[in-house]
Amino acid sequence: MRQPLLDIQGLRVTAAGGRIVAVDGISFHVEAGEILAVVGESGSGKTATGRAVIGLLPPGLTCSGGAIRFRGEDLLAASSSRIREFRGAEIGMVFQEPMVSLNPAMTIGAQMEEGMALHTALSRAEIRAACIAMLKRVQIRDPEQCLAAYPHEFSGGMRQRIMLASVMMLKPALLIADEPTTALDTLSQREILDLMVGLARDEGTAVLLITHNLGLVARYADRAIVMQRGRIVEEGEARSLLASPQQAYTQALVDALPRRLPRIRRQSEGTPVLEARALEVQYGGRQRLFRRTPGVKAVNGVDLAIYPGETVALVGGSGSGKTTLGRAMLRLVEPTGGQLLFRGEDITRAKGEAYRRFRLACQIVFQDPYSSLDPRQRIGSIVMEPLRHEPGISQAEKRERVLKTFEDVGLPGFEDRFPHQLSGGQRQRVAIARAIVRHPALVVADEPVSALDMTVQKQILTLFRRLQQERGFACLFVSHDLAAVEEVADRVIVMQQGKLVEEGDRDGIFDCPRHPYTRALLEAAPRLEAIA
Amino acid sequence: MARIPLKANALIGGLLVGGTLLMAATSVVWTPRNPLAVALRQRLKPPSPDFWLGTDEVGRDVLSRIMAGAGTSVMVAGLAVLAAVLLGSTLGLIAGFLRGWVDRALMGINDALLAFPGILLALGLMAVIGASQWGIVLALGLAYAPTVARVVRGAVLSIREREFVEASRSIGNGEGYTMWRHVLPNTASPVIVLATSMFGWAILAESALSFLGLGVPPPAPTWGNMLAAARPYMESAVWLSLAPGLCIALTLLGVNLLGDALRDRLDPRSTER
Repeated sequence: MRQPLLDIQGLRVTAAGGRIVAVDGISFHVEAGEILAVVGESGSGKTATGRAVIGLLPPGLTCSGGAIRFRGEDLLAASSSRIREFRGAEIGMVFQEPMVSLNPAMTIGAQMEEGMALHTALSRAEIRAACIAMLKRVQIRDPEQCLAAYPHEFSGGMRQRIMLASVMMLKPALLIADEPTTALDTLSQREILDLMVGLARDEGTAVLLITHNLGLVARYADRAIVMQRGRIVEEGEARSLLASPQQAYTQALVDALPRRLPRIRRQSEGTPVLEARALEVQYGGRQRLFRRTPGVKAVNGVDLAIYPGETVALVGGSGSGKTTLGRAMLRLVEPTGGQLLFRGEDITRAKGEAYRRFRLACQIVFQDPYSSLDPRQRIGSIVMEPLRHEPGISQAEKRERVLKTFEDVGLPGFEDRFPHQLSGGQRQRVAIARAIVRHPALVVADEPVSALDMTVQKQILTLFRRLQQERGFACLFVSHDLAAVEEVADRVIVMQQGKLVEEGDRDGIFDCPRHPYTRALLEAAPRLEAIA
Repeated sequence: MARIPLKANALIGGLLVGGTLLMAATSVVWTPRNPLAVALRQRLKPPSPDFWLGTDEVGRDVLSRIMAGAGTSVMVAGLAVLAAVLLGSTLGLIAGFLRGWVDRALMGINDALLAFPGILLALGLMAVIGASQWGIVLALGLAYAPTVARVVRGAVLSIREREFVEASRSIGNGEGYTMWRHVLPNTASPVIVLATSMFGWAILAESALSFLGLGVPPPAPTWGNMLAAARPYMESAVWLSLAPGLCIALTLLGVNLLGDALRDRLDPRSTER
């Protein structure tokens, strides 16, 4: 029998002297040249597994049992200098966060050359030529200039390409990619993964793709392993695993993939709750000492009306201005041009009572539930706070309403906890509770689920739908992920470079997109039915 | 330090600081001898059953002077730190939250003050205010406030970008309320750490000022001026510098331990461990 490239037997990763088990005796193998996906949610041990292979476990975690055989050699028994010979040359790693995984003080060229100089005997000129060839391969437009540039000059997607290029340049036999695109928008996600898989196929590199997104598994992996709480729940050929999952947990993961549900289309009628007319937001562009710096129009003449009770999805890649538009609609960012109408009344510059009514009726849920809750307050008082400005209700009534809201968002009896005691999904529920406790007419949800695991995403989206049905608030749902939008939206608006490029009802946009940008976004979205 | 359990930290710190405060309180009603009574025949006596900590260069009882000095030293340092924290936090909060020209103006003045060594600044202020207990408190408070302002401003600048601050605005809270309720409490950790070390500097600065004759005017004892007065006798009568020196060191240790415990206590994230 042929020896697998990587063979893991009974691997255990533990912390705190064995009291906390991150990986609980798992066994699997990776054949040369195959793409194996390791799927699981936060805390499933998938990242610890990947890092154990390359010997880079975070402090506190140790491999306490089992064997990791790479080409028959046990890496756990190998000396650290032997492992260093493997790292880079034989086993490469691409990290999740491209913004911090490149050294900001070194040029791209210096960082790419480092690995080559260490593991190969090529001359400097040869190394440079190899770097340029590789950068071309990952579609960096001007490779020569790129070598002399610093990481901050590139966007997240570009940095991940550079990362990929410098890892793949050494032609490793195994590439470990830990959530390589989770921090990117769907368009760059698609491009990077296509590149990565293409490169791996060309070089015959095996890939261990660690991800929480089942949609990616279907598209890219040969085989997949599903992990839960440090154990392997299910293992098999990727497509059949998704098409007919055998275990309940895998089934739950597959079900969590967003899909279109029948939805009674709400008529956009009456006076819009909130309407933007030719709205503009310009950043920068202020008078400096000697010159006027040109500004950037993040939002450039947008017309948008949101009617009572409906959900409008605002979709676009990063840098499209969707987040700025969301905030400008609430005047959290002051518009620099155009008009904003709240229930037909111009509140673009309103102060005093009119502004107050608008402010109290329109609420926001932020993307990152870790930074949107004050860490020093109990969540009960966080949710109570919006009621400070509610006239004519007593302290007891306020308390009553807060408790009721906690029940509605599925966190009964949690009022006395602090944010750090909650999981990401629970925090997002608190953020939603804060937004709805005052019975708003409109909630702007800025990427409310993109920081969460798939099954938690599903729960939050379901919760959102239910609350909306019960309470009837309108919603502006800002997202880069068309898949999530498909589940909640009545209408979809697509934004590119500060302008609206397409607008229509949900089924129209998803079934026959007209604008090329919309089509690109749709294709990039990891959806199950698109593959199966 | 990290390995000492939180409770032990607080306990030891509490005992040390408590001891100092007890000493200070007792001295108001009772000291073994009159701390000001000069007895030239008894000068520079080493510790004995009669004089537990010996006598100084004019025959005054060192233990009595330590007790009497405890109150002055701790009060002066404590009030100076309090003044610095109140003033510095206010300025830092305003500068960091409003930014723009207010920030530039406040921080410009602040940086100009920071350019002087704290002790020099205090010296200058003392020369204007005049030597007295309140003078020292005011001078040291003003001298240390710029450091606090810098630290608070830095913390505020990073906290005001967090989304919960925007969330507070989005639910209709005013700027003042947001600052007070959401931004200020989150700056507490660095300020407490700074304040505890500043307490140490203040005790030492008070002794330095006393040494230059600008501190608490003699003959009233403080740990600082005792230490200063003991300097010529370091070789012949080591107890003279040892007693106030140890008192300063132990009190500082106590304050630092208490500060750590307090910071952990105030940080909700560390309560459950």
